Amino acid sequence: MKKTPSIDRRQFLKVVSVAGAGLAIGFYVSPKNFRDEVAGATPGIFAPNVWLRIDKSGSITVTVSKSEMGQGISTGLPMILAEELEADWTKIRFERADADTKYGSMGTGGSRSTRSLWNPLREAGAAAREMLISAAAQTWNVGRETCRAEVGGIVHVPSGRKLAFGELVEAASKLAVPENVPLKDPRDFHILGKRMHRLDTPEKIDGSAMFGIDVRVPGMLHAVVARPPIFGGSVKSVNATEAKAMPGVRHVVEISQGIAVVADSTWNAIQGRKALEIIWDEGPNANLSSAKIRSMLQEFSTRDGAVAEERGDVSLLGKAAKMIEAVYELPYLAHATMEPMNCTADVRNNRCEIWAPTQSADGARGAVAEAIGLSQDNVIVHVTYLGGGFGRRFESDFVVEAANISKAINAPVKVLWTRDDDMQHDWYRTTSLHHLIASANEKGELVAFKHKIIAPSINGQRWPQRVRGGLDHSAVEGAVELEYELPNSRIEYVMANTAIPVGWWRSVSASQNVFVVESFIDELASAAAIDPLEYRRQLLKKDSRMKNVLEIVAEKSAWGAPLPKGRYRGIACAPPAFFGSYIAHVAEISIEDNNVRVHRVVSAVDCGICVNPDSVEAQIESSIAFGITAALKGVITIEKGRVMQRNFDDYMLLTIDEMPKVEVHIVPSNLPVGGMGEPGLPPIAPAIANAVFAATGKRIRKLPIRLA
Amino acid sequence: MASMTLTINGKIHSVNVQQGTPLLWVLRDSLGLTGTKFGCGEGYCGCCTVIIDGDAVKSCGASVESAVGKKITTIEGLSRDRDHPVQRAWIEEEVPQCGYCQSGQILTAAALIARNPHPSDSDIDAAMDGVLCRCGTYHRIRRAIHHAADLKAGAK
Repeated sequence: MKKTPSIDRRQFLKVVSVAGAGLAIGFYVSPKNFRDEVAGATPGIFAPNVWLRIDKSGSITVTVSKSEMGQGISTGLPMILAEELEADWTKIRFERADADTKYGSMGTGGSRSTRSLWNPLREAGAAAREMLISAAAQTWNVGRETCRAEVGGIVHVPSGRKLAFGELVEAASKLAVPENVPLKDPRDFHILGKRMHRLDTPEKIDGSAMFGIDVRVPGMLHAVVARPPIFGGSVKSVNATEAKAMPGVRHVVEISQGIAVVADSTWNAIQGRKALEIIWDEGPNANLSSAKIRSMLQEFSTRDGAVAEERGDVSLLGKAAKMIEAVYELPYLAHATMEPMNCTADVRNNRCEIWAPTQSADGARGAVAEAIGLSQDNVIVHVTYLGGGFGRRFESDFVVEAANISKAINAPVKVLWTRDDDMQHDWYRTTSLHHLIASANEKGELVAFKHKIIAPSINGQRWPQRVRGGLDHSAVEGAVELEYELPNSRIEYVMANTAIPVGWWRSVSASQNVFVVESFIDELASAAAIDPLEYRRQLLKKDSRMKNVLEIVAEKSAWGAPLPKGRYRGIACAPPAFFGSYIAHVAEISIEDNNVRVHRVVSAVDCGICVNPDSVEAQIESSIAFGITAALKGVITIEKGRVMQRNFDDYMLLTIDEMPKVEVHIVPSNLPVGGMGEPGLPPIAPAIANAVFAATGKRIRKLPIRLA
Repeated sequence: MASMTLTINGKIHSVNVQQGTPLLWVLRDSLGLTGTKFGCGEGYCGCCTVIIDGDAVKSCGASVESAVGKKITTIEGLSRDRDHPVQRAWIEEEVPQCGYCQSGQILTAAALIARNPHPSDSDIDAAMDGVLCRCGTYHRIRRAIHHAADLKAGAK
């Protein structure tokens, strides 16, 4: 496996108070008094900070420093700024930022974008608003306390006179940027919390949205790469004579990732690659298989794990009336973004320009600079739209590879990964094995609980210095910091690394751990002969937000009421520890010919202040679709050191006829904003599996669900 | 190499490409019509769907020769001002997330309602289940197709 310097999006999770902002560079550049030197020096443009520009026509451009991969961030972030600015929403447009340290971390992941930019964008909008008020007061020669901002202009309250923002651009540009500006009371919000139409939708319905794969640069060639099919393999020898003679093929070059075939069109590059004769050095993993990995995890499960969390006295486990034990396991999964990996690079004359669908513009910039030996000042990274991200595009492997090829041929090149390339050279959601033991007293009350997670570690594989005492904190997310009050409990982790590259996959370890915990809680409820909702209630604090969300989902799904014949319900929830939002789902299923069908999902979420309800709903719908795919279909298997799946015929995605109705209920709140890109995913698989138990009495302890 | 003439979005284009090149790559690489997307290359995902003589066709599996003499519509040519009923419904129902599959979704839906002005849910399933969406916009797609059918009926 090739190690590329990438960024651990969770590294500073618990350390940096401006959570997520410090991922790439470890600190956050406060933008509030940071006048944009370039834009601010342009006559006729008011640019008090790096986040916005207002021109004389009144058009407001908000800079979006996070990648748009479908989550709606290009609308949500401008809404935050526009609210404080008192902007006319119809004047707002957005512009994607190139990689630059002035924005702080640009890494887009961990459901952190809104949380990390909430304060900076509010302050940026408020500072601009205050400057526009001062500019109007000066223009009218009145006290600024008699002026106020509203809907894209400043009003002199006593006289009713009004100047639009565009008319104040020049006067405002001459003012100093204020500090400690007042922020609005959430009760006065009139943009935030509204269903705003996404600013990126028009481009996405007429073919004009520019994804990475759509980039065209003058003189650009097209490349595909033959990469070692076996993890840890390399090129032993290559005969490129025939490939070079293929129509349109211009270059065949060896780079550290494999053999690149460069042609005048994508199709000719693909045909050229087929004509390569490569003998691979299979390396040390040629006998690796899913069965061997499973045996290794089982062997490791007898070891004592690193203690991730401990409460009370877990030795009480063996002393209670009833013991419940279970073993759970989950497979490797691919990201399978609809837009396969691709990148366009132009490395010439000690300068590098990149166009990439990346979740980590700044990470990619650093990785490319290091790989091709340039200073970061000479590496420009433009971020395109992303045809899905889900964590795959947090990696910079595909960006570095394109830069290597461009450098080798001294010409701009677009590198496309075919679907096979993408499926077989991913950074997979890791496999995992889970041993759980709990004990209960004669009344069925939980006495003690132990969960041992045996799994490969993302950090351990790439950044071993981050694993202290055998514990990768990322690997236990969703298993620790539960909202349940478990009296005596221990959560352990046994690191079991393999040669299969593992990476961030939407909701990461919570996608496994929440499935296991919420399924096992259902087992405990069943063992105690208590309704699963009631059992969860008893483990939650009385007035907790988690409990409130469960009550809402129960009410809206009519939990406990009879269902039509053949329909069954399951419930599950997920704690806010890692994404900042509380969420619960009730899934309604039926089973026919051993196939599970999900008909309806009722979801309740408390995400604090809700920026755009439509986007919150869309993210839950999306997380549910992604999670059902994993629960019912997803599995990546390894034979002879390579991935056996290659396209959508053997790595199946959900189709429209399999998509349930989704109903989302959002808890009104003025509490701090929570993340929404991921939290809807972890609880859907256990909600379905618990419904399967309700239907069949069969407990699902292995994903994907196979009833036959 | 072979020279061929294609009729795309009402305009005539001459292209000079290898015989057997999929229409997808001719549209994208030769003509710069990048709204048509590459997803899987083998007809499983439908990202590359275009309309040929009224039928939704996966352009990764259609050779350029097979499209000669036919009327090809890509997402760029569906309407002049994003005012096709399907596009209007897509905006009103806020369908796209990442947006990558949406050209294929929209063109497949447009071909459906051209032939079947009021598709039922099962008609929608049958027509749309070959177009994958990893973001899970499916139930908005369903809603938007019903809405587009209503818009189209109302416009008459």
